[in-house]
Amino acid sequence: MLKQTEGSHAVAEAVALCRPDVICAYPISPQTHIVEGLGELVKDGTLAPCEFINVESEFAAMSVAIGASAAGARAYTATASQGLLFMAEAVYNASGLGLPIVMTVANRAIGAPINIWNDHSDSMSQRDSGWLQLFAETNQEALDLHIQAFRLAEELSMPVMVCMDGFILTHAYERVDIPEQAEVDAFLPPYEPRQVLDPADPVSIGAMVGPEAFMEVRYLAHAKQISALEHIPRIAAEFAQRFGRRSGGLVRGYRCEDAETIVVALGSVIGTLKETVDALRATGMRIGVLGIQSFRPFPLAAVRAELQGAERVVVLEKSFCVGLGGVVSTDVRLALSGLQLHGYTVVAGLGGRAITQASLERMLREAVADRLPPLTFLDLDWGIVNRQLEREAQVRRSGPIAENLLRDVGAVAAKVA
Amino acid sequence: MLQIRIHGRGGQGVVTAAEMVSIAAFEQGRHAQAFPSFGSERTGAPVVAFCRIDDREIRLREPILAPDVLIVQDATLLHQVDVFQGLKPDGYVLINSKRSFDELGLAEIAQRFRHERLLTVPATEIAVKHLGRPLPNAVLLGGFAALSGLITLEAVAHAIRAKFAGAVAENNVAAATEAHDVVRRELEGLTHA
Repeated sequence: MLKQTEGSHAVAEAVALCRPDVICAYPISPQTHIVEGLGELVKDGTLAPCEFINVESEFAAMSVAIGASAAGARAYTATASQGLLFMAEAVYNASGLGLPIVMTVANRAIGAPINIWNDHSDSMSQRDSGWLQLFAETNQEALDLHIQAFRLAEELSMPVMVCMDGFILTHAYERVDIPEQAEVDAFLPPYEPRQVLDPADPVSIGAMVGPEAFMEVRYLAHAKQISALEHIPRIAAEFAQRFGRRSGGLVRGYRCEDAETIVVALGSVIGTLKETVDALRATGMRIGVLGIQSFRPFPLAAVRAELQGAERVVVLEKSFCVGLGGVVSTDVRLALSGLQLHGYTVVAGLGGRAITQASLERMLREAVADRLPPLTFLDLDWGIVNRQLEREAQVRRSGPIAENLLRDVGAVAAKVA
Repeated sequence: MLQIRIHGRGGQGVVTAAEMVSIAAFEQGRHAQAFPSFGSERTGAPVVAFCRIDDREIRLREPILAPDVLIVQDATLLHQVDVFQGLKPDGYVLINSKRSFDELGLAEIAQRFRHERLLTVPATEIAVKHLGRPLPNAVLLGGFAALSGLITLEAVAHAIRAKFAGAVAENNVAAATEAHDVVRRELEGLTHA
């Protein structure tokens, strides 16, 4: 049914349609509305049977999800930012044990400096945790990916993170098509665990594994993720057939066919990039955008196939590896091994900095002229950066950086956006 | 594409107003995207929310920098925030105030825009009358429907009932209807003047 609603609410409805047995979460912006919505659905009996467990921290949230999943329950949780970091040890345990938990990450920056706004630093910090990571472009895709995620997680017996841009998607009201319960039931069969803590047939889960088999357990996790490269497009294709729309999959190109320049990105910024590509195409520029929906497993072959015909690739990412540069770029470069392409990394939108079409157009014109530096920070305020560098050069006790920069920026309340 | 920017203060229902505009537009069969400017969720702090309306899927995710419509829920913001920033020359402005543009000291700014598209409406007073509380958000949407004709009062009423229930919803609908009438009379005054 078509509905105008908040992204978080759409996700809550989608998760409820997946009939989770256990939901546990600790509130943190910008994820809170999702579990609040689910809490209401459990309380008013719409989502039943389901146990909503209030926990005292994110570490507890993931630990409860692990316990529930090991006991054979379909388990769901959600978090963001510092919350994801706080549960990190349990995040690795969930994947290491092969438990098919689904978790929404409402992407948000990581402090310090403390910042509640959107970027991809949080889920990127868990990129090597063994969880699959799917990224949503729109609220419709976020909704759809949750339904696909339970199916994928349970087919593989591996946990899946659905990453959606905090605030930009979670707090946006837009049109979504929410499927019927019967349609979701037909797509997502009841959970049949590969391992379960069952008193009637006792096993232990979580053995200590020494050098004799640890590498092999790890290899099997990798093999599962590699096999997911086949599961993900198959599940997306079946979803498209049943629900009549394309959502998910490995990668999705937009106007890439004859493109000389292709921009690679994850998440909601793909929408703004599509507008930008249309505007630049109208001026005769041969440019396209490649959205990566599956970041883990990283679809090396699919990315290579989409990009190999281009002359240059610009990876626009809301993540940043201090001391190196791009995070996504590194993976894209691996996909392009041996190809002679101009490659650019553009770090954008960190800590909620707005990514505007005007800035993207300006940057892409530079890229197409091959005048862009290999690593660019979109709309970086060099004025306040240089002032701080001068301060540090002049005096030893230059003071806290964040406070200095805020003083230099001045009152932000007067700014509209 | 129509782009609306709503300015107000934390606690005045700025974000809810943008959401209701999007629900009203959806009710009229259009695509709409509403979202807040994030961060300053403190009572009294300046808050901005946005709504885009179009006949096709809205893909742009940037804040609204060049609005077609400005709704200002709190006139004290005029001294604190450059609310007119980026407003298109033929844009609409609706300010919550019992005073006129001239009385608000906006005569100079008003000259840059079409005068028949700039109005004030005493939304706080109308809200207090109908709701017993100074919540101007839904009231202004009734005024906006009359000012622009871009959404109907019926769609606004639908949106209010989608967000609120019972007496709160009906009182807001009544308040929005009164604001709609006030603005319509103001506009008739302008055309006869």
